[in-house]
Amino acid sequence: MPKNNNKSKKPKISIGGITAKTTLANKTGAWRSKRPEVTDKCAGCGVCVEYCPEGCIAIQAVKGKRKAVIDYTYCKGCMICASVCPIKAVIEKQEK
Amino acid sequence: MRICLPNKGSNRKAGEISAFENNVGEIEYEKNRVVSDDTSAFFSQEVDEDMKKIIEGSHAIAEAVKLSMPKVIAAYPITPQTHIIEKLAEMVAGGELDAEYMTVESEHSAMAACIGAQATGVRTFTATCSAGMAYMWELLYCAAGMRLPIVMGVANRALSAPLNIWNDWSDSMGARDSGWIQLYCETAQEAFDTILQAYRIAEHHNVLLPVMVCIDGFWLSHVYEPVNVLEEQDFVKPYQAPEIDVDSDEGFKRIKIVLDPKQPISMGEYATPQYYQEFKEAQQIAMLNAKLAIKEIHDEFAKKYGRSYGNGLIETYNMDNAKYAIVTMGSVCGTIKHLIENEKIKDVGLIRIKSFRPFPTSELQKALERIESFGVFEKVCSPGLGGVVFNEVKAKTNKPGASFIGGLGGRDVTLDNVRKMFDLIRIKDENIHWI
Ligand code: SF4
Ligand code: SF4
Repeated sequence: MPKNNNKSKKPKISIGGITAKTTLANKTGAWRSKRPEVTDKCAGCGVCVEYCPEGCIAIQAVKGKRKAVIDYTYCKGCMICASVCPIKAVIEKQEK
Repeated sequence: MRICLPNKGSNRKAGEISAFENNVGEIEYEKNRVVSDDTSAFFSQEVDEDMKKIIEGSHAIAEAVKLSMPKVIAAYPITPQTHIIEKLAEMVAGGELDAEYMTVESEHSAMAACIGAQATGVRTFTATCSAGMAYMWELLYCAAGMRLPIVMGVANRALSAPLNIWNDWSDSMGARDSGWIQLYCETAQEAFDTILQAYRIAEHHNVLLPVMVCIDGFWLSHVYEPVNVLEEQDFVKPYQAPEIDVDSDEGFKRIKIVLDPKQPISMGEYATPQYYQEFKEAQQIAMLNAKLAIKEIHDEFAKKYGRSYGNGLIETYNMDNAKYAIVTMGSVCGTIKHLIENEKIKDVGLIRIKSFRPFPTSELQKALERIESFGVFEKVCSPGLGGVVFNEVKAKTNKPGASFIGGLGGRDVTLDNVRKMFDLIRIKDENIHWI
């Protein structure tokens, strides 16, 4: 068998590609071609928060009212929030 | 309907041997099997402590899954697998099995749901075959790559086109490189026993790989056989999520692999060219570990319940004085054993591969050591190469071997076919033959 000279250089891995590290470095916002915008209709019900695959929506107090706020650093523009919003409070814009 | 058979006092005469019988005394239930034309005798037999039910292969799998206590079952129907998940749906609806039953919109989603559920730290099950498995393809690799010990039943069926719903191994053979352990069963009882063992193998800390338990579609999935269905078991314990060393901000540390928002982890992370290969190497090592685990777990099962299948990886039959061997898998072994037994054939033995992945290289080499020539019968063809199993076996031995491809799309493999194969093996034929 040929000797594997790379042996010493082998990187250590955790099986299954499982890590307990943060993935915050992966700024998925750069993927976005559509941009969801939460309008004033928003009732702050939080449905979109549950469905957002990036976990980048938070309910915050905006001008004394509960409202969904999107973190565009990570929002990848999948528009799931718009489709699940029961009162169609999220509108779709084209990312410039 | 439930029929109880006694475990003692067979009223079978010596000549009345069923196709699956005479397994050199290894399979306890076979010895005790009752073969009688008078079915009323079945109903009037006294109930013994050793309970048998006459059930389909599909239901044997469902019964074993129930005993293994999965918490999530995600499934989409496809013939001839459907009876497995239908039975499980019945069990969940009837309160016999405490599990979440997800009726998903496709097999792709079924596997995705199992992956997600298993990652949260629960045991899962799904079943599929043919086009369903083809549709699941992408996710098969994800489950194996994320090292999730999912167990899946497969009722092997041909792939289109032309459309065919009957048995061959085209579906799971295509997935042989997906990183799943593949165990092929000969009888409904073996399917039952193998499901219980499969959870133990998959979840073994040196393995952590998903397992396919394969039965021949219709030949096993829809055929009624007496199966010793355990009322309860402690062979498969309640699920414990694996604890492994993972990379973290404080270096490598051991954690329980459970998706939980309170302690976030990432699974199946992005791996650059610098790292990706190591993950495949780790899967290969796990597969080699699985060979040991399969044998150990099989032996433990055999000790506990008195039923064994060779050494768990391969089973040999009539090989003691054989000069020739036929190598194959699955239910067709019953026909071959029947012929050997009935015609008192001494010179040809049978080697049944039970574990196709991991491939039982050294076990096969040992079994083939003293024979002069062999043949491999398989229900799959890789167009452009020929027999898949044949080429894998042939790569591990320099004995002359014949390749037999047959039984495709559910074609019957008759005793005459087996005789013809034996004759070709005896003359050390080395060609491809369509049976
Ligand atoms: S578009 Fe997608 S990623 Fe962005 S906020 Fe909505 S659901 Fe989340
Ligand atoms: S689902 Fe709609 S209404 Fe509810 S918080 Fe989200 S945007 Fe607002």
